[in-house]
Amino acid sequence: MGVLEIFKSLDYGPAPESSLAANAWLDDHERKFGLFINNEWVRPKGVEYYPSFNPANGELLAETTQAGQPEVDLAVTAARRAFEIWSKTPGSVRARYLYAIARNIQKHHRLLAVLESMDNGKPIRESRDIDVPLLARHFYYHAGWSQLMETELHDYQPVGVVGQIIPWNFPLLMLAWKIAPAIAIGNTVLLKPASYTRLTALLFAEIIAEAGLPPGVINVITGSSKAGTMIVTHPDVDKIAFTGSTDVGRTLRRQTAGSGKKLSLELGGKSPFIVFDDADLDGAVEGVVDAIWFNQGQVCCAGSRLLVQENIAGRFLQKLERRMETMRVGDPLDKCIDMGAIVDRTQWETVDMWVKRGAEEGGEVFQPSIDLPDKGLFYPPTLIKNLDPAAETVQEEIFGPVLVSLNFRTPAEAIALANNTRYGLAASLWSENINLALDVASKLKAGSVWVNCTNLFDAASGFGGYRESGFGREGGREGLFEYLRPAWQPRPRPDYAPADAKADKDSWGAHIPARPTLPDANKANGRELPRVDRTPKMYIGGKQVRPDEQYTRPIFSVKGKLIGQVGDGNRKDIRNAVEAAHAAHTAKPGWAMRHGYNRSQILFFIAENLQARSDEFAERIRISTGCSAALARSEVELAIERLFLYAAWADKYGGSVQETTLHGVTVGVNEPLGVVGIACPDEFPLLAFVSLMAPAIARGNTVVMIPSEKHPLSATDFYQVLDTSDVPPGVVNIVTGDRDYLTKTLIQHEDVDAVWYFGSARGSYYVEHESAANMKRTWVSYGIRRDWTSAEQGAGHEFLHEATQVKNIWVPTGE
Amino acid sequence: MTANQYRNPGMPLDLAWVMRARVNRSALERRTATLPARRAIKKEWQAAWLLRAITCIDLTTLAGDDTPGRVRRLCAKAKQPVRPDMLAALGAAEADITVGAVCVYPNRVREAVEALKGTHIPVASVATGFPDGQTPLAQRIAEIEQAIESGATEIDVVIARTYVLTGDWKALYDEIRLFRDVCGGSAHMKTILATGDLGTHKQVYQASLVAMMAGSDFIKTSTGKEKVNATLEFGLVMTRAIREYADQTGYQVGFKPAGGINSAKQALAWQALMREELGVEWLMPDLFRIGASSLLTDLERQLYHYITGHYAARHHMPMG
Repeated sequence: MGVLEIFKSLDYGPAPESSLAANAWLDDHERKFGLFINNEWVRPKGVEYYPSFNPANGELLAETTQAGQPEVDLAVTAARRAFEIWSKTPGSVRARYLYAIARNIQKHHRLLAVLESMDNGKPIRESRDIDVPLLARHFYYHAGWSQLMETELHDYQPVGVVGQIIPWNFPLLMLAWKIAPAIAIGNTVLLKPASYTRLTALLFAEIIAEAGLPPGVINVITGSSKAGTMIVTHPDVDKIAFTGSTDVGRTLRRQTAGSGKKLSLELGGKSPFIVFDDADLDGAVEGVVDAIWFNQGQVCCAGSRLLVQENIAGRFLQKLERRMETMRVGDPLDKCIDMGAIVDRTQWETVDMWVKRGAEEGGEVFQPSIDLPDKGLFYPPTLIKNLDPAAETVQEEIFGPVLVSLNFRTPAEAIALANNTRYGLAASLWSENINLALDVASKLKAGSVWVNCTNLFDAASGFGGYRESGFGREGGREGLFEYLRPAWQPRPRPDYAPADAKADKDSWGAHIPARPTLPDANKANGRELPRVDRTPKMYIGGKQVRPDEQYTRPIFSVKGKLIGQVGDGNRKDIRNAVEAAHAAHTAKPGWAMRHGYNRSQILFFIAENLQARSDEFAERIRISTGCSAALARSEVELAIERLFLYAAWADKYGGSVQETTLHGVTVGVNEPLGVVGIACPDEFPLLAFVSLMAPAIARGNTVVMIPSEKHPLSATDFYQVLDTSDVPPGVVNIVTGDRDYLTKTLIQHEDVDAVWYFGSARGSYYVEHESAANMKRTWVSYGIRRDWTSAEQGAGHEFLHEATQVKNIWVPTGE
Repeated sequence: MTANQYRNPGMPLDLAWVMRARVNRSALERRTATLPARRAIKKEWQAAWLLRAITCIDLTTLAGDDTPGRVRRLCAKAKQPVRPDMLAALGAAEADITVGAVCVYPNRVREAVEALKGTHIPVASVATGFPDGQTPLAQRIAEIEQAIESGATEIDVVIARTYVLTGDWKALYDEIRLFRDVCGGSAHMKTILATGDLGTHKQVYQASLVAMMAGSDFIKTSTGKEKVNATLEFGLVMTRAIREYADQTGYQVGFKPAGGINSAKQALAWQALMREELGVEWLMPDLFRIGASSLLTDLERQLYHYITGHYAARHHMPMG
């Protein structure tokens, strides 16, 4: 086209980024890659290769190795050997390595960006201005944690060898989120990039070797999902970190169940984008562009559900549609486009299927009349209007450039609609009213909440989900704990695996209610005045209630003497307790909404009332467990101390201001999980019960407690203490009975947010396995006892960490 | 958008509309930070766009040391902004490339008109107590009248910032309306908001709306004399106000950023902003002007680079 012609039309033209260096790098490797183990290219014989295509034009970029078991074993061995040295390397030395990696990323910035766009299809503007700068940022940030580890994290140790499986939508960024925190604090890594996008991880491997990182600290294994399973199930891998679909996340949860491996999952989303009538509408329209058309909408936290206040919906959608008309879709290496190519044909077809489904469901599909390239996997920005929450397209993650819109009338309705999802990864809300904005932000169930902004990320702020969007955080101080274990705790290796899966699962938690027992020989002779019969009950919703089925469980002392009877709880007792625990949240004021001051007062008060009856509790413990009177008294004293401890923490663990790159305020709030089911161990029946209950309720959770199966009477005595301590109804619920039988109902209850299980290895296996149904958070003992009397093992940060989840609220400032 | 080709007649002051304005600064900043990166313009497209930018320049001299000679030299450059050999190389020798206007103080209008005789290049004059607008109203009105009488066909008026800062939208409206009436059919009016003097971006949006309601043909960011001149954020606020006004009334109001724009890169960013927020019509000189004095040299150097592949020396471009 001639200059004069363009002078009149003022069209845009192509502005291609050169791919010379990236292609030369592929040529250097003859477009055929091995595995990166021990800082060397390993080219196993007789393996299969997998092609990597450029989604924008279908061209073959290179072939990569499909690793098998020998290669995975080799990499694990390399990582294990490296761990022995790396974990003992001083933090200040590791900091230098991470700094060198960060610097080397910057030195190869453009090459990384270009290759990323070629392999993935994302616009070069994004890979160059967002992905790669954040990649460097993560290594800088975590170089800092290496430096600080000995002073700031001295109660913790690295977990060991970490298997990390990452998705194709942000190959480099996800790699950074995974690798940087892991190696910063002394772990070593096997990274498996996604099949569609393996090339930049291989380039990255060369770059870190160039930076001088010792061999084996980072190993890159390419392979199919089979190789993924090999990593996940490898006995010498201590932790799995995964980002990807919720379905695969469920599989990994089941595959790692009962293994003692740590697991963090960052899964799908259907994040709301809420526009209130007092928002800057033009600003919010650009927000939508960044929310759903960033990376072609292939973003787990994409703002894919637009919720607009009804009185401005018409105007807003009109502005949005006009904006869509100026979107440019084209060659990812073109610097003059907004959207590149969809990563793969399968994905393209899925997206298209959902758009058709949206139309069938009564949605009005809008796509702008813009040009798409003739070939390549391009999809136009798409808006589906007039859908209702019942539509599948509103509920399911599409993972493409498709936005669905709904209207709302009031802030309360906006919150209800926003939270009407199984996911909870992120949310964006737009309003110029700070009171409204911050109130709504606090009520959204999501790990990241962006006020008047969207899709902002930084290494200093943890990213991760609520609900079925997974658990664990990546980034921030909060993200480090996914790669740490308490210093006192060795890697649990329960190695429970059922021989006959079906039969074993059916028999776990099976239970026949208890029957009457003939008392022992020491019968009353009728001349003594009998004690008034005392019937401990369940404690649900602040009331002492009889068990649903009226079965009774005899309780014996360790010497075999019948010392009492408790209700033999069943499924319905658990159901009722969970309902009561939820009611305690929806009451006004809900337990989590109360001030920490109020919760601390109540915990102090519980301690005060326990103290008043300490002799009675000590005697109960002595008789139940057969311990010495002195030990029993000290257990009560320790329980009182624990209550004081968590009364202290009730108003001192709210969160922190995160030092992100945002001009404004990023607040990391430690929010409660919601309803937590807690199965207590048999040892220290009072102390363990209190040590688990107190941190949970101190941080705003409501709990369903299954007390010690053998010694439940301390817990049933305890509800009278609760009753006199101003504990609101439903905050603590106590259901006595068979631990595993009751736990089975709890873990399968999909309105329970977390389960803590301190029981057998087998029970731990099933708790983790069954939690996959709604991805609830679990904390299990794997049948390993901890010393509840120890301040290190029985209390502290680990408990607070397990009792909370971090929500990061981003509030940009400036008028 | 549907828009009317005719000159904006203005409308009664709609205070409810003005008060409804909402501008989120951080959202503005994100848009302006990424917009130039989203719209890279290269090769022949860049040459064409830069050539177009030249036709939108209000080539300006507003200094105490302006003399008839200085104005004459500027006008010569306005008529021949690009070296003929370069225009030929671009295939644009016949395109009659001139700048959009020459902009001077009222006292220099006559000389500029004289120098530009025989061309279609309009002379623009600043007026109404430029740059601060702090002189009695009668004098400010008289300046407009005298500039028009001297031959100016475009008048760049400054607003009284006092009215914006005190929220007296009615007074602001009335005064601009009065300026517009004085300009009448003889001159187009560009209203300078002096955005750097205003408190917030929301006030810039509100002042833009009031200026358009009062009948401005263009709204303009700055006098060039404020501490902060034409930023892309101010530009984004004002172009969005223009779009909203066109949506509501059907009239297209032009936009002129001025002050501190001196590189081709900046010019392209402003052009991308116009095209993205308002559309291609707002890239033409009847709806878009760039107030600048030294920008032209850099545009020429970039054109030279496009033509020859060599980076250009500043002293090879004839001075204005």
